[in-house]
Amino acid sequence: MSGLQSPPMTRAFNGRHLAMAAAVLALIAVPYAIPEGYYVNIASQILLYAIFAMGLNVLVGYAGLVSLGHAGLFGIAAYVVAYLLAAGHSHTVAILAALVISLVSTAGFAALSLRASGISFIMITLALGEIIWGVAYRWISLTNGDNGISVATRPAPFGFSLSSATGFYYATLIVFLLAMAAVAIFVRSPLGAALCGTRDQPRRMNALGYHVWMIRFCAFMFSGLLTAVAGVLFVYYTEFISPQALALTASAEGLLMVISGGAGTLLGPVFGAALVVIVKNVVSAYVTRWNFMLGAIFVAIVVFMPEGFVPGAVRLARAAWRKRGRSRPAIAIAESRPCTEHMNVEREP
Amino acid sequence: MSALVVNNLCKSFGGLRVTTNVCLDGAPGERRLIIGPNGAGKTTLFNLITGELTADAGWVKLFDRDITRLPTRKRAHLGMARTYQIITLFPQNTIAHNVTLALLGLSRLRWNPWAELVRQEHLAMQAREALRRVGLAQIADRPLSQTSYGERRRVEIAMALAQNPKVLLLDEPFAGLSIDERQEVRKLLLAIPRDVTIVMIEHDMDVALDFADRISLLHFGEVIVEGTRAEVVANPRTREVYLGE
Repeated sequence: MSGLQSPPMTRAFNGRHLAMAAAVLALIAVPYAIPEGYYVNIASQILLYAIFAMGLNVLVGYAGLVSLGHAGLFGIAAYVVAYLLAAGHSHTVAILAALVISLVSTAGFAALSLRASGISFIMITLALGEIIWGVAYRWISLTNGDNGISVATRPAPFGFSLSSATGFYYATLIVFLLAMAAVAIFVRSPLGAALCGTRDQPRRMNALGYHVWMIRFCAFMFSGLLTAVAGVLFVYYTEFISPQALALTASAEGLLMVISGGAGTLLGPVFGAALVVIVKNVVSAYVTRWNFMLGAIFVAIVVFMPEGFVPGAVRLARAAWRKRGRSRPAIAIAESRPCTEHMNVEREP
Repeated sequence: MSALVVNNLCKSFGGLRVTTNVCLDGAPGERRLIIGPNGAGKTTLFNLITGELTADAGWVKLFDRDITRLPTRKRAHLGMARTYQIITLFPQNTIAHNVTLALLGLSRLRWNPWAELVRQEHLAMQAREALRRVGLAQIADRPLSQTSYGERRRVEIAMALAQNPKVLLLDEPFAGLSIDERQEVRKLLLAIPRDVTIVMIEHDMDVALDFADRISLLHFGEVIVEGTRAEVVANPRTREVYLGE
C-alpha cells in the first residue's frame, strides 16, 4: 500500500488519468465523427448494454455469483416505464417507479437466490428470469403479450430533447459515465474489497466477522440498480418493449459480454457490450451467419485469453513488450485479476 | 471467570459421532493444547467453538456469555479469532491486503461503499504493525501468490493477531513447516501477551508441549486425558492412543 506513494506508481496513475480523459473526449466526439444517425444509435446501444453488463459484472466478476436472470430485471424496468407512460403518467413518475419496482424485484431475486451459490445460484436466477419472461409473454392484460407496448415519446430533461439520435446518445453517455464512476468507486471501497473477499474465501470472511450474505445482498442490489437503469434507457431507445428483451438469450448475451470482455474488470464489460452490439448490428448487414461469427470470436477469446479480452490483451501486450527487451517494472498480475489492480504493487520483473 | 468454556459438546455426521461430550475450561491467559491422532475430531471441535458447525448438544461460553447459537461472524466481534490448518488466505492480493481484510472485518468501515480502502491510513498502519509482529513487514506489499508456505502460515497468524482477539484458536500452526520455520513460529507464539487465551491443536509434540499450560488428549471425539504436561505424558492412556505403544 505504501507503494502508492512510490514514483513509478504515480506515473502510471497519471498515464491512466490521461487515457481516461482521452476516452471520454473520444466518446463525446462520436456524433461529430460519425454524423449518420444509424451509427450514433449503435453507439447509444453499446453504452446502454455496457451499463447492463457492468451491473451484471458486479455479481459475476466481483461477487463470483453468475446470474442467468438479469434480463428479467432489465425487462421489469423497461415494462414499468412503458406501462406507466401508456397509462398516461409523466416520464419522471415512470422512471422513478421503474427504478423502485426493479429494486424491490431485485431484493426478491436476491432473497431467493442467495440461499445458494455456484450452479444452484445460476439455476435459481435462471428460473426467476424465466418467470418474469412468462409473465411478460402470458399476462396479456398487463403486458400486451407478444405484441409488446410502445412508448410514444422520449423525455426532455431540462428542455434538452432526447428525440434525436445525438440527443439520446449524450443522455446515455452521461448515465454511462456516472455508472462507470459508481462501479469504479465501489470496487476500490472497503465494501468492494469485502465483496471480493466473499468471492475468494467466503468461509474465512465469515470467521473474520463479515456478514457474507448481507454483503452479497448489497452487491445484488447495486447490480440490480444498474440493470434497471439500462432497462429504462433501453425502452426509451427502442421506444418499444416486448418479451423478447427478457428472454433467456438476453441474459446469456449479457453474461457473454461480461465474460468475453473480462469479468471482474472495469472495462471488460464495456468491451464485451461493444463486441456483441457491433457484430449483431453492423457485421450482420454484411455476413448472413453473424451468429456463427460471434460464436467464433467467443471461442477465440476463450482459447487465447481465458481471462477475457481486456485483461488478456493487457497480458499479451506486456509479454510482447518484454520480448522487445525493454526492462520495465511490471505491475504484478495487475488487471489480469479482479480487485487486485489497485492493491498489488510494483515489483521488479 | 473462564475465558472459554465448552460443556458436553456433541456432534454427529450421520451415524458417525465426531465429538462426544467434550468439556474444556480455559482460564484467561491459559495456553491449552489439544492433541490427538488423525481423525480424533480436533478441527471439528474448533469448528464447533467458532460456530462454523452447529453443535447437536452442549454449549459454548465466551467470558460467561453463551455463544452456542451465535453466528460465527458475531463470535469474531466478541473477540474470538482462529487460524486454519489448511491455509485459507486471499492469494490474489498482497500480504498487507490480507491483513487489512482481517482488520476491516471488525471495523464499521467494512460497510462503506465509497471511501478508498488504500487511503485508510489507520488500517494500513495497523496492518503493518501486525505484520511486524510476525516478521513480515518488509514483504508486506508482495502478492500472496509469491510467498512461501512458511510465510503464509505466518500471514494466517498475523490475520488472527491483527484482530486483537481475547481467545485465539490455532489449528496446527506448525503444519508443513521446516525445523527453522517452526522455531520462528514458536518464538512468535511465545511473544503473544498473556491476556490472550490460546487454544492450539498440534501434532508436533516437541514444539507444542513446552508451550502448553494444560493439555487435552482427544480420541474418537472424546477427551480421554486432561491435565498438565507431566500428567498427560505420564498417563498410560496417552502412550496407548497417541504414542502408539
